[in-house]
Amino acid sequence: MIEVRHLVKRYDDNLAVDDLSFTIEPGKIYGFLGPNGAGKSTTMNIMTGYLGATSGDVIVNGHNILDEPEKAKKCIGYLPEMPPLYQDMLVREYLEFVAELKGVPKTERENEVMRSMRLVRIVDMQNRLIRNLSKGYRQRVGMAQAMIGSPDTIILDEPTVGLDPKQIIEIRQLIRELAKDHTVILSSHILAEVQEVCDYIMIISKGKLVASDTPDHLEELVKGSETIEITTGADENKIKDILKEIHEIEKISYEKDKDGNTTARIDVKEGSDICEKVFFAFADSRTALRSLSTIRASLEDVFLELTKNEADDRAAVADTRVKKKEKDSTPKEETNKDESNL
Amino acid sequence: MKAIYKKEMRSYFTSMIGCVFIAFVMALLGIYFMVYNLSNGYTSFGSALSSISFIFLIAVPILTMRSFSEERHNKTDQLLLTAPVSLPRVVMGKYLAMITVFLIPMAVSCTFPLIIRHYGTVSFKLDYSCILAFYLMGCAYIAVGMFLSALTESQIIAAVSTFAVLFLLHLWDKLVKYLPTSASGSLITLIILLSLIVLLIYKVTKNWFLSGIIEAAAVIVPVVFYIVKSASFENLITNALKNLSLRTVLENFTTNNIFDIKGLVYYVSVAFVFIFLTIQSQQKRRWS
Repeated sequence: MIEVRHLVKRYDDNLAVDDLSFTIEPGKIYGFLGPNGAGKSTTMNIMTGYLGATSGDVIVNGHNILDEPEKAKKCIGYLPEMPPLYQDMLVREYLEFVAELKGVPKTERENEVMRSMRLVRIVDMQNRLIRNLSKGYRQRVGMAQAMIGSPDTIILDEPTVGLDPKQIIEIRQLIRELAKDHTVILSSHILAEVQEVCDYIMIISKGKLVASDTPDHLEELVKGSETIEITTGADENKIKDILKEIHEIEKISYEKDKDGNTTARIDVKEGSDICEKVFFAFADSRTALRSLSTIRASLEDVFLELTKNEADDRAAVADTRVKKKEKDSTPKEETNKDESNL
Repeated sequence: MKAIYKKEMRSYFTSMIGCVFIAFVMALLGIYFMVYNLSNGYTSFGSALSSISFIFLIAVPILTMRSFSEERHNKTDQLLLTAPVSLPRVVMGKYLAMITVFLIPMAVSCTFPLIIRHYGTVSFKLDYSCILAFYLMGCAYIAVGMFLSALTESQIIAAVSTFAVLFLLHLWDKLVKYLPTSASGSLITLIILLSLIVLLIYKVTKNWFLSGIIEAAAVIVPVVFYIVKSASFENLITNALKNLSLRTVLENFTTNNIFDIKGLVYYVSVAFVFIFLTIQSQQKRRWS
């Protein structure tokens, strides 16, 4: 269990973390979500004892990270944004070094290293130089490093950045496997990822915790507004005419594309389902509907709403939108790269 | 600490830096040994060591430049600092690895007096105490280099600044002579030096009031002393700074044939001060 109380980190005039407080309960996967520069990495660096906080406390299993750093650090495995690997070491050599560094007794070191290599599936790579590994394998070695010494909590800072779609899926599976024995905290600016993997989401914006709840609860926050989107060959006036009988409609916005089709976004009153009504209204007037879809408020909207004051954030959300359209878990590598450059 | 020591030793020999360092030191020691002792017939190995002390200017930066700056550059310091190991142990592990690498050529050079013995008379006590002094001087220099490496992310800057500082230390005796020796000159130099220290205090504490008081004291106290007894200010600065020379200690061993215990303690203290400063600089980085 990790308790973070009123954490503040100030770099000169810049407030990176602003009075952050939360508690990490054992046995869950937590997701830190926020645009780049929101203070996720800084928070993680403070929680692991790499950076000192300007004020506030981090208490790991009852040990304050400042007063009893060694005891507290023993309970945490950390994979920073850039895996801390020594390029000129063999994979196995490196993991043995980490095991010794973390104080794993000599007799168990061998087993511990084997166990971690098996879990992240790098046993075949054990005699390779780290310098020669691909990014995906480096990330795995980094994860193996984090789990050595069986810490209660494993903290992963943006574990999927810069990986290809297949590797991202594999890393996610790995995270789920890790979660069987450890509490996992991961950070990401990709919403789809956090939504898929995590049991509990903490949205951070400008160093502040703006929301924290389970993904379902967060979605419920904005469930009220439901939208139907239709595309049809008819023009604006005709659509208005067809839909005037449906009283649940609150607002319609139109958009005409270059093929002469009109896309209408229909905002509906809370709690009503008018999909069928819209369909039959168009059928009765013998006007063809090219598409009809319901857009449910998703986590993205929560995210947007909570962080909407910042232009940067919009960019990050727009990015996650692109991601979502690409069928959630298989985003293309290019978009991925763009994100890391943002 | 043991884990870090072992890892450092391994990386010195897989990355060639350790080998290059040892080869360089061995080659120069060999050449000087040949010229001084074998060709020109000096019976004391110390005389060769005393002329070769410039070797540190090049060898120490090679050895120390990567110690901390590389970790910082590759962000591997995140592993060391988030592992359940205290910072002094990390620093000591690295330092011990460096002085162990330096021990290897020195151990080889311990056979040189035996070779001289083959051709003539040798004072083993004298030669081995010279080797000891030479080694401890190297250890002090290595601590300086390690500290400078801890201040930067770039190995090049670490190497160049280490070279510059060691160069200054190497010529210390000669440079000190250019400082003013007259009483009034000493007074002014003293006040300037104290003011620099006060400036440093202000940088650290950001307290105008406190630094103001100390600065006032730093000006008034020497001036009062100067008015009361100006003769004591003659050569004050030069004498004081002369005592800080690292090379004089080695010279005491090699040329004056004195076993200078005070000097050896001085070497060890310099090493400890810079190890301490390295720890502090790493610690400070986490809080800024």
